[in-house]
Amino acid sequence: MAQTGLEVRQLYSERDDRVLFADLCFTLNAGDVLQIAGPNGSGKTSLLRILAGLSSRYQGDILWHNHSLEQQRADYLQQLLYIGHGAGIKAALSPLENLRWSCALRGLPADDNPILSALAKVGLRGFEEQACYSLSAGQQRRVNLARLFCIPAQLWILDEPFTAIDQGGVAEIEQWISDFANAGGAVLLTTHHRLAINRPLRIIELGEH
Amino acid sequence: MTLFSLALAVLRRDLLAAARRGSEWSNPLVFFVMVCALFPLGIGPEPQRLAELAPGILWVVALLASLLASDTVFRSDYDDATLEQMLLSHQALYPQVIAKTLAHWLLSGLPLSLLSPLLGVLLHLPTAGMLALMASLALGSAVLSFIGAIGAALTVGLRKGGLLLSLIILPLYIPVLIFGSSAVKTAVDGGPFLPQLAMLGVFFLVALALAPLAIAGALRISVDQ
Amino acid sequence: MSIWTTFHKWGSPRWFYQFSGRLLPWLGGLSLLLLIGGAVWGLALVPPDYKQGNSFRIIYVHVPASAVAMGAYMTMAIAGAIHLIWRMKLAAMVMKAIAPIGASLTFLALLTGAVWGKPTWGTWWVWDARITSVLILFFLYLGVIALHQAFENREAAAKACAVLVIVGAVNIPIIYWSVEWWYSLHQPASIRFIGESSIHPSMLRPLMATMAGMYLFFAWAMLLFTRNEILDRERNTRWVQDIVCGDDKNAESNSVL
Repeated sequence: MAQTGLEVRQLYSERDDRVLFADLCFTLNAGDVLQIAGPNGSGKTSLLRILAGLSSRYQGDILWHNHSLEQQRADYLQQLLYIGHGAGIKAALSPLENLRWSCALRGLPADDNPILSALAKVGLRGFEEQACYSLSAGQQRRVNLARLFCIPAQLWILDEPFTAIDQGGVAEIEQWISDFANAGGAVLLTTHHRLAINRPLRIIELGEH
Repeated sequence: MTLFSLALAVLRRDLLAAARRGSEWSNPLVFFVMVCALFPLGIGPEPQRLAELAPGILWVVALLASLLASDTVFRSDYDDATLEQMLLSHQALYPQVIAKTLAHWLLSGLPLSLLSPLLGVLLHLPTAGMLALMASLALGSAVLSFIGAIGAALTVGLRKGGLLLSLIILPLYIPVLIFGSSAVKTAVDGGPFLPQLAMLGVFFLVALALAPLAIAGALRISVDQ
Repeated sequence: MSIWTTFHKWGSPRWFYQFSGRLLPWLGGLSLLLLIGGAVWGLALVPPDYKQGNSFRIIYVHVPASAVAMGAYMTMAIAGAIHLIWRMKLAAMVMKAIAPIGASLTFLALLTGAVWGKPTWGTWWVWDARITSVLILFFLYLGVIALHQAFENREAAAKACAVLVIVGAVNIPIIYWSVEWWYSLHQPASIRFIGESSIHPSMLRPLMATMAGMYLFFAWAMLLFTRNEILDRERNTRWVQDIVCGDDKNAESNSVL
């Protein structure tokens, strides 16, 4: 795969007259795992939201496969999976219903089998039809993370994926990240946790710009 | 997946979520009934006077109930971050927005219009006006749902949404009010109310075509805060 | 210079500030002249109306105020559209600047309408088509101002207000037309505020003067308010700091250019 994946050039963003980051440059290719680190308020979430296409408050260039994001937004979104801070699920619905909707938004055919196996993979076998508000915080987080396995993507952008996850769960998620990168996917994430994955890990510190 | 099946999936999910949340959807209806009951208490119980004012009262209160309901159309999706998923879909936001607004109307405006004859009876609305009341409210509240959704999309990210929403939306509601109440009044007077309904129909088509553009734009702005 | 480079040059706050600075005294002077001249003409020199006596003279303030208030909203909508389409920051500043001016003009129109109504119809308020439409326009302005203040982030505020103003602009013809229709239902044979009744030319000319004066006043106020907005937004740039701090070229503050 000779095409560059995600390329960021001279990225600049400010919030409330405070510069979050400036002249930020990096590339993210297939198989890369990149961690964005920095203290609270340093703009990690803002950066991820910009790269996910949720925010347009930036200057600079963002390129995907050598084309600018604005030119091919739909293609980019189709290959991207963003999991942010928020719950990402409707508490009143069951995991199965939530994921059916998420898959429908992604244009995937209406088929429960991939969803059921995704839920099994995140450890929610047997909980598929239970309303999400009756699940624990960790389980609800896992429902959100189950999207990683029923929605095909080339790029994962994860904002604090380990929130509300216990020790064993953390190791599991790290394994998922490694497996995904091994299979040629790219991962961009932020976390306060010290990542332990058996893949080369790059770290970019915000707050120094 | 076609845009139609996408819209259907969004509609289905919204109706399902509302069904699970119990009787929350009926709050605007209760408001409607209560406020209508305030009027005889405020202006006196004489049937003659109530009958004369009924078309206007019913429409204004229905408008306020619709306003109240509009606040919720995007709020819960914003709070649990599922709104982002809609924006991050590579498929068009336009049909998703239409589906959400229609789901919202099915849960607020339509029940309101079905309930209205009962309130017409409470306010001594002559029987001649009942059909016009239901029809004008059904059609008009659909327009109000779309207009309200614009305001809701603009204010969903703000902490003090509620009253601000009213300030923004009420002036835009006025044409619907004018034609809706006129339909009922004309029916009561024995005249044809189809022209007014036709006008509401035009408003609906314009709202259906244009409002989703504003709503989609406003949602992107609200999420990008 | 191609039209695009000219367009983008106009979008530079600094250029706008300097250019408007030169325009301001002319606009201010001319508008003052026309407003005062027109007012004196209308108030003192035009003979009284045979029906309304002297109270009709309020039209020399009322009509320009309501006309310019409407024009101001449309200008605001155009500025908002420019901001959304071309991401021009200056357009957002202009849009924000116009809102309070337009709202004040609308309020003035309502006030003068009431002042006119009292001697003519005996009440301080008449729900006729025109006045009702002006009232709704006032509400639209208040909505825009309230929305802008509710956002903490300036860019989001500007974009949201742009959407609202465009929606409002699209709705204004519908609202005005609906109110006309409503009024015709309830008061079929009534006197209109600004009649289709013919106005005698001698009464019309001072009106044209005050109308022109009001437009120029609006332009003057718009430039003034926008300049304030520019100074506020660009306060971190050197050229603004030079202006604000006078000739203190060795300013201690570090400017981010």
